[in-house]
Amino acid sequence: MTILVIAEHDHTAIKGGTLNAIAAAQKIGGDIHVLVAGHNAAPAAQAAAQIAGVAKVLHADAPHLAGHTAENLAALVVSVAGGYDCIMAAATGFGKNVSPRIAALLDVAQVSEIVEVVAPDTFVRPIYAGNGLATVQAKDAKKVITVRATGFDAVAATGGSAAVESVAATPDTGLSNVTGQELSKSDRPELTAARIVVSGGRGVGNAENFHKLLEPLAAKLNAALGASRAAVDAGFVPNDYQVGQTGKIVAPDLYIAVGISGAIQHLAGMKDSKVIVAINKDADAPIFQIADYGLVADLFEAVPALIAELG
Amino acid sequence: MKILVPVKRVVDYNVKVRIKPDGSGVDIANVKMSMNPFDEIAVEEAIRLREKGIATEVVAVSCGIAACQETLRNALALGADRAILVETDAELQPLAVAKLLKALVDKEAPRLVILGKQAIDDDANQTGQMLAGLLGWAQATSASKVEIAAADAAEMTVKREIDGGLETMQVKLPAIITTDLRLNEPRYATLPNIMKAKKKPLDTVKPDALGVDVTPRLATLKVAEPAKRRGGGKVADVQELVAKLRNEAKVI
Repeated sequence: MTILVIAEHDHTAIKGGTLNAIAAAQKIGGDIHVLVAGHNAAPAAQAAAQIAGVAKVLHADAPHLAGHTAENLAALVVSVAGGYDCIMAAATGFGKNVSPRIAALLDVAQVSEIVEVVAPDTFVRPIYAGNGLATVQAKDAKKVITVRATGFDAVAATGGSAAVESVAATPDTGLSNVTGQELSKSDRPELTAARIVVSGGRGVGNAENFHKLLEPLAAKLNAALGASRAAVDAGFVPNDYQVGQTGKIVAPDLYIAVGISGAIQHLAGMKDSKVIVAINKDADAPIFQIADYGLVADLFEAVPALIAELG
Repeated sequence: MKILVPVKRVVDYNVKVRIKPDGSGVDIANVKMSMNPFDEIAVEEAIRLREKGIATEVVAVSCGIAACQETLRNALALGADRAILVETDAELQPLAVAKLLKALVDKEAPRLVILGKQAIDDDANQTGQMLAGLLGWAQATSASKVEIAAADAAEMTVKREIDGGLETMQVKLPAIITTDLRLNEPRYATLPNIMKAKKKPLDTVKPDALGVDVTPRLATLKVAEPAKRRGGGKVADVQELVAKLRNEAKVI
């Protein structure tokens, strides 16, 4: 069994989710190769070579690979797919965009967002916003899989010494072009990697309150900031804050839900957190049913008091 | 340009599903079914493009059992011009659906296919990307803004929701768009439009007639209930909360 993991990177460093995908690949077993595709991404390829458990790094370099467009990346992966039994990526925005295109080009099914490896062809994946866990067997000879990071502990980013091998880039498909990015800037840790997450919902009221109340709390706890869909839809914070079935999936040691009622789709994104705290003035809010520590209180009083109590 | 909008009939988003005791799947008998919410956004976007004079015709498509006609009538009531049901009782997985849609694209020759980014039942997030791959078309997934300058435009500008924020892409047409939540707010069907929708054309075709083998590639061995969280604990005040987080949970 030889497995290819498609690395997500910023041309300098490898993104965290890739380390979880490699961990899932180790559970399947076999030689693990990592593909780093980009333009002037040699530092990322070198970083990939250091990852524990990686046998080989494939490095493809071309200007049209810089934007990580699905069209060009899928074409490249298909060109090297012949040597692999299994092609994997983290189930991040990046992986979700490119993997199904690869699967279709190879005429195989994709197994999305696995959280457990039962056997090399059998996996567990959540369905219905995590209200069901399906065990599925992939019958295609070649498998395409995306990995939900919260299901697997990341492998070490260092300790390996894989060889880096150049592979030829496939021609530019010319179908799409990334012309700009508006990335949220924050001093806070990244949402999917943070040990503590502070999330706000509709109850926070508006964008100003969100920042005035929750940022100091997050700063105090060195936590990432998240939000419910309601808070994002209402424009309190940008889309990349959204935790839930169709947003980011997080499982931190501590999740503090402030003014979040607990819709099914939100719970899907955070219910695997180790400890859940809910602060809401509505004692009947569904979030309390899954919270370890529920505080029925007006958040506008409780949050400043909590910051003070933390000292 | 013609726009194709695939819509999926799913368990309504408000329903808390139950797992069948024998572990064979999710119990969907006597459960409210609706159009997948992301597909409503897709229908809305297509209709807005027609209202702006960019699209000439909006064709809704669904794949599945006869009851999917209700979902298509709903799309027609929202404003789609006509509908096609690819009718089968077989289990349909994303690759099979993408192949059925490709066959319809080959027949109907739309320049744009707008799909929901994921269905809220299998949460696969695959079909749009697969269809784009099979067609060799460009794909703009998780779109939150679509700009097409003219009906005969050679390309469009799409803003996509990505993990770190937003990304803007220039995308060659024909293309696939998958919708994210912020793309638009779907309208409600009015009663007169619901009545009118009953008279709009709805054609039915079988997978065989499209030459597509829909045999599943994934076997579902079992569906289990996730481990239940033992929640419901309460604290009286902030002092007790902090004390518990420090001394009991030991997470701060």
